[in-house]
Amino acid sequence: MLNYFLNRLIVAILVAITVSIFAFSLLRLSGDLASELAGDDASEAEIQAVAKAYGLDRPFHIQYLDWAGSALSGDLGVSVFSNEPVFEIITAAMPVTIKLATYSLILSLVIAIPLGILAAVRRNTWIDRAALVFAVSGQAIPNFWLGLMFILVFGVMLAWLPIAGQETWVHFVLPTLTIGLSSMPVKMRLTRAGMIEVMQSDFIRTARAKGLNRTSVMYKHALRNAILPVVSITMVSFGRLLGGTVVVESIFALNGIGFEALQAIIRQDFPVVQSIVAMIAFIYIALTIISDLINAQLDPRIRLN
Amino acid sequence: MAPNETSAVATAENEFHVDAPTPWEVMKVRARSHMGFWIGGGFVLICVIVAALAPWITPFDPFDQDLDKRFVPPVWNEEGSWTHPLGTDQFGRDYLTRLIFGGQISLAIGFLAATVAAIVGSIIGMIGGYFGGRVDAVVMYVINSKLALPGLIVSLSLVAVFGGSFLVLVLVLAFAFWDAYAVALRTITMQIRTQDFVAAAEAAGASRRRIILSEILPNLLNQVIVIFTLEVALAILIEATLSFLGLGIQPPTPSWGGLVSEGRDQMFFNPYLVTIPGVTIFIVAIAINMMGDGIRDITAPEGRN
Repeated sequence: MLNYFLNRLIVAILVAITVSIFAFSLLRLSGDLASELAGDDASEAEIQAVAKAYGLDRPFHIQYLDWAGSALSGDLGVSVFSNEPVFEIITAAMPVTIKLATYSLILSLVIAIPLGILAAVRRNTWIDRAALVFAVSGQAIPNFWLGLMFILVFGVMLAWLPIAGQETWVHFVLPTLTIGLSSMPVKMRLTRAGMIEVMQSDFIRTARAKGLNRTSVMYKHALRNAILPVVSITMVSFGRLLGGTVVVESIFALNGIGFEALQAIIRQDFPVVQSIVAMIAFIYIALTIISDLINAQLDPRIRLN
Repeated sequence: MAPNETSAVATAENEFHVDAPTPWEVMKVRARSHMGFWIGGGFVLICVIVAALAPWITPFDPFDQDLDKRFVPPVWNEEGSWTHPLGTDQFGRDYLTRLIFGGQISLAIGFLAATVAAIVGSIIGMIGGYFGGRVDAVVMYVINSKLALPGLIVSLSLVAVFGGSFLVLVLVLAFAFWDAYAVALRTITMQIRTQDFVAAAEAAGASRRRIILSEILPNLLNQVIVIFTLEVALAILIEATLSFLGLGIQPPTPSWGGLVSEGRDQMFFNPYLVTIPGVTIFIVAIAINMMGDGIRDITAPEGRN
């Protein structure tokens, strides 16, 4: 188990370094960030001044090491646009996104798991097919469009819910619905597939043959095993959501990390973009390690291999 | 699977003793009774034909403004007329024409991006799966680094840096989607690699190139096609998302996401400007998904469900 963990950790650290270099280069790929920042009609001298002010005239690897070094001590630099420390921008925006991601995750699980089980138990009936149609629709609806439709119907026509802001939990209802419905299908399909596979396995047949009744076998034996992959994908899915709320945040005017990222990208605010990308990636890496460890703990076949 | 090869082998077997249907016959039987495949595939085919023949189908030009005819409602509205079946937009441009020309761009980007991703991702996955060991460790590390990055934010940044041209969008989306092929094909290649017919080819002295191209690749093709169809749908959705956020195809060039974005200001007064392109994306994505599910069911090895 310890070996397995150390292996995973070393790979994770390598991946984290790679990803941070990628995040750092992202807005620099144009080759000339300074002249982009200085604006279209800037003179050569002005561009030079901008490059000097942000340290962009130094060699790439020096810039990276400088940034990475300060980042390790908690200093992510300041925004080119507002001069605010990037660290504060991120810590101010993070809670909103975490809230949104958590609510959406819960909503998607609450729909996906029971529906997936039901579809598996009543396989090839109309219930199964309806669940499939629901899942396919959830995957095919463009997120941004669903959000706009919710605004149109529940916000404007029926006027039940607020369409912008983040003050109370009510403000999170429509954004949560939008994200929850689109992240539900994968989990539902996974629950259904897992349940079907487990229901066909030997130990379930044995349990049934012993004379245990169907319901108790389903929920005590089968479900526990079928739910394993869902547990691990839930962690990963949370990591994904942190970087995937851009659209919904910008539609519903939530000042979360996605919205900050979008603004920063449009303004070429590179210190903000590189830190947000790196941070979301780090959280994702950490979550996958945790989920791998949980899996290994639950399933000896993984850790012994 | 190359159809000629399979049926040739099957005919040879039939001459001796086998009465069981050949894989190709099984697929034909399955395809015949698979409604989803025909409905989805048929719809996709119609969309592609309409988009390809756009200039000959519609009498209008997608860029021609007619300010006397702004906001003509669609034909199902009392004031609508068959001259402009889907009405006109805020500049008096025929909306059906914009939708069809937008489809040209959205479909082309979706198909091309998924194709580039399929080629790159499949090669990477096959290399990892075939060679194993250190090579595979590097492949896994590259895949893990890609997975850790927040996809949408990275795509947005890349478009912001390189501009929202057709070529850039194809490449950015291909970069966003190659990993699905790599992950799947790596696993399958590993399994196929250990099978007898590969060992036989190796023993017969076949070169690596020959083994990969003519022993392994044909067995992976149906997987690639299944992933491909699903990724086309996803690529269309993400292209629409980027265009919606203003970092995709730039107006006045029409694209489906761009149409939603342009119509957004008018959403409360002329909702059809947003509902029409949104529903179009939704239906096309569902059709592609149905086609993909169909191909999976039809080409699945026996007994799987």
